[in-house]
Amino acid sequence: MKQPGRILLGLYCLLVAVWLVAPTIVVVPMSFNDKKSLAFPPSGFSWQWYQNFFTNPEWSASLVGSLKVAVVTALFATVIGTLAAFGLDRMKSRVSGVLRALLITPMVVPGVVLAVGIYAVYLDTRLVGTMAGFVLAHTMLAVPFVIIAVSASLEVFDKRLETAAASLGATRLTAFRTVTLPLIAPGILSGLLFAFVTSFDEIIVALFITSPYLKTLPVQIFSSITRDADPTVAAVGTLLFITTSLVIGAGLLIGSRQGKR
Amino acid sequence: MATRAIDSRNTVSAVAADDRRRWFRGQAFWLVAPALLLLVICLGLPLAIVTLRSFSEPQWGWQNYAWFFGTPVNLTVLQRTFAISAWVTLVCLIAGYPYAYVMTAVGPKMRLVLILCVLVPFWVSGVVRTLAWVILLQDSGVINSVIRAVGLSPVKLIRTQTGVVIGMAQVLLPFMILPLYSVMKTIDLRLMQAARSLGASPARAFAQVYLPLSLPGVYAGAIIVFILALGFYITPALLGGPRSTMLSTLIQNQVLSLLNWGRGGAMGVVLLIATFVLLALAAPLSRQPHKTGSRR
Repeated sequence: MKQPGRILLGLYCLLVAVWLVAPTIVVVPMSFNDKKSLAFPPSGFSWQWYQNFFTNPEWSASLVGSLKVAVVTALFATVIGTLAAFGLDRMKSRVSGVLRALLITPMVVPGVVLAVGIYAVYLDTRLVGTMAGFVLAHTMLAVPFVIIAVSASLEVFDKRLETAAASLGATRLTAFRTVTLPLIAPGILSGLLFAFVTSFDEIIVALFITSPYLKTLPVQIFSSITRDADPTVAAVGTLLFITTSLVIGAGLLIGSRQGKR
Repeated sequence: MATRAIDSRNTVSAVAADDRRRWFRGQAFWLVAPALLLLVICLGLPLAIVTLRSFSEPQWGWQNYAWFFGTPVNLTVLQRTFAISAWVTLVCLIAGYPYAYVMTAVGPKMRLVLILCVLVPFWVSGVVRTLAWVILLQDSGVINSVIRAVGLSPVKLIRTQTGVVIGMAQVLLPFMILPLYSVMKTIDLRLMQAARSLGASPARAFAQVYLPLSLPGVYAGAIIVFILALGFYITPALLGGPRSTMLSTLIQNQVLSLLNWGRGGAMGVVLLIATFVLLALAAPLSRQPHKTGSRR
């Protein structure tokens, strides 16, 4: 390709990259605004919105609620999803193909339709606004991500290793625990992380089944945005961005260190 | 996969292997059973109830569907939902195709940077991202202050369809770029060189060699973006105005504000059917030809 064409293509990509990243960055300056406004540019500097996030019971309760739901969801979804990935891996390919397609349908079902249905079920079973209700719905939404992550690592796992362990006298459980599990652990771990994020981020179902007693962070953010221009939301966004960056940075660091070994 | 399974079976005696396989298969089903049960309770049952209520409330019959297709406002919203989804898909394709191509062409370090840029939107929760778009697009927002600084008159972006498309496309762009990239990285760039050496112009080499090979990625990305866009709720609700309402908002409004489960349900069923029909129609297109070829 000729030089001007390359430069043009490069500039185009830069523009797309800015478009992708800008909305993540723009909340940072807004979070230090000293007026209760989301108008740009922010006027003055203050920490008050961070203070508000940690001291206002409405915000801190929703953070705690979200963390509880996400942790329990991640655990359940990881166990259920990992088992399913193993099962699919050991089935005839035609059966597993159909089941796999079925199991990942939650990813494509329109959120509001699903939320309306779940709300209807929960109204009848008194699960609205309960921990069990949140965990049940979020686990169903998170399982597909675990299945995809674990299946990907099972795909590259050499099953002859299990046979080798068995031929050396290991029981199936021992072979699983000492050979299979350590080798597919990265897949399970990334499934766990995906499940956590799916639940922590989920809003549409949460909006329908929420109650004053149990609210998740996205619901609190949504109602805050629709109510008034409160920079606390920008502070939350900044905190989430920093936390995720740290986790991903640590993950990359550990990954590259293991790669060197 | 199949050859590996056969290998492992050869190492054990045939009878034992047969026994084991049967056992495996029975056991395999039980491993999947919890996930299936969860799916039935949390997906099958809710969708069945939505469908049932669309026929049964307030009384049995097609009344809710007759209402839906007989009310011009609903048809306008349905049409708009498809139009917005199509625009979003087009914008994602135009932005994503060159980007994914560059990802395959640059060195490993630059590629990591480009991949990170695609993944960064996932780092912040979806609601916060939508708030960011409010900040960017509003009348006193970032884009308009730049426009004003240049000396032009500000543009109305928030509460317009353009604003909704810009915001939704940014949220969905990664779903376009990732399938495109995974197909494009399997394309042998020497094919382009071969076409050039045979006298094809760059444009022709691209149109006749590269583009057809990348089409499975285009289809896969386009269909997932379009389907996810059809069901979008948060972004249109926060960025849009009354003139950019999408179907999801109408459904939510019917059920939560008007408590009309029948009409809300009928709209839900329409959206659901549209989603699955599109998925069924497009699934064969997005399969990679050389992968299916090797199976035959």
